[in-house]
Amino acid sequence: MNERKLAVQVNPEDNVASIFAQVSAGDTVEVMARDGSIDPIPVHEDIPYGHKVALRDIAVGETVRKYGESIGIATKEIKRGDYVHVHNLDSARARGDWKE
Amino acid sequence: MADQFYGYLRPDGSAGSRNYVAIVPSVVCANEVVEAIANQVMNCRPLLHHQGCCQLPPDLERVTDTLISLACHPNAGAVLVVSLGCEGTDVDRLLEAVAATGKPYDIVRIQEIGGMANAIADGIKKAQRLSMEISGLQRQPFDLTHFVMGIKCGGSDATSGLASNCAIGYVADKVVDQGGTVVFGEVTEFIGAEHILARRARTPEVGQKILKIVEDMENRAKSLGCDMRKGQPTPGNIAGGLTTIEEKSLGAIMKSGSRPIEGVLDYAEMARGKGLWIKETPGREIEILTGMAAAGAQCITFSTGRGAPQGFPILPVIKICGNPNTYEHMINDMDLNAGLIIKGEKSIQQVGEELYAKLLRTLSGEQCKGESIYYSKSMDIYCMGPVI
Repeated sequence: MNERKLAVQVNPEDNVASIFAQVSAGDTVEVMARDGSIDPIPVHEDIPYGHKVALRDIAVGETVRKYGESIGIATKEIKRGDYVHVHNLDSARARGDWKE
Repeated sequence: MADQFYGYLRPDGSAGSRNYVAIVPSVVCANEVVEAIANQVMNCRPLLHHQGCCQLPPDLERVTDTLISLACHPNAGAVLVVSLGCEGTDVDRLLEAVAATGKPYDIVRIQEIGGMANAIADGIKKAQRLSMEISGLQRQPFDLTHFVMGIKCGGSDATSGLASNCAIGYVADKVVDQGGTVVFGEVTEFIGAEHILARRARTPEVGQKILKIVEDMENRAKSLGCDMRKGQPTPGNIAGGLTTIEEKSLGAIMKSGSRPIEGVLDYAEMARGKGLWIKETPGREIEILTGMAAAGAQCITFSTGRGAPQGFPILPVIKICGNPNTYEHMINDMDLNAGLIIKGEKSIQQVGEELYAKLLRTLSGEQCKGESIYYSKSMDIYCMGPVI
């Protein structure tokens, strides 16, 4: 099976995209922007269906964006092509565990 | 021309999409009697819940208010209240409200009649009479000014916010434009997206109210001193690619469409007007579907990615699935495939039109998949305080 591996960048400001295919390390995903343009990105890790890939390098503490809005904060250095999920992205909301 | 559905005219002028005898326990202790009656008599639906005793007064009032809204729901052609006799809810107020709708009703009193067996026998006779009394009613045409749509997403994954919720949003706009009412909730799933909703508020006061209910919900979650993750987003959401509550919320609000938000309804409150409204509810199905029903929703459109099966006793719940793999895998529970949007085979508008057509057919009597296998007994009423 040589199916296309497609991902969606919802908003031009987003630094992550959701992938709608099962992706293995070394695969290239085609990230589709809202204007229909395609950005091919080689991914560094296996990424499950529906999960996210970084579209560019993201520093620790930087805001991760999807839908053009904040979906949380990077907790590790993230490189373009990295898998982005709970291991490197934290919510900034309803954090009863954070001391003010 | 205005779109129409075929419903049952009630004495108060409302329009039912179904014609049931709703059997209402005044308190959890009456559930067993309610179930026995509902099992025996045709066309009865039990409104089982776990509240109504040993709660603080504001919660007892909320339970009474919710039972009133459910009993007055247009899909309840008749109502049988089953009272234990020592409940904390206000049975007199419930009966007065049902009587005011003009629909047939009756009551069974368990302690007064001498216990369970007598109450079941009495209830079967009364439910039989009510069921037969409404059984000959015919459907007639209504425009959508008589329609309240509830919307909900459950078991979400990364497809929900990009496919199924967008199709529901498309339908929500159409219903509002036809003069109908749309109600959405899940305040927990506004966290991180509340600023977008507040901008859509009809008035600054409504915008402030939206921010306030989200702040209250967030503070309730924070008060336990932990990260909310695993409670929200759920383990299923996380496995489906949703990493944070913000990401889940931004996808969740897609289902509200784009029209102005008219106001915020209390949990037990019936819809107060036309247009798009927020209902103050948590995200969990068994409580939010009750809140939607209490608003008077004759149908709920429900988006899922992981495959959420929930229904509600007295109204149809249409399942639209954003994940094409889940749709195929759970085909016996899923009514529509919004996964074709993800696969690039259909547009949001195309699937939205399919959903709208299914909605009008469902309001007119066509079954949904979950309804057809009678998923209807898991409901509860959302309370704020402790059980005491």
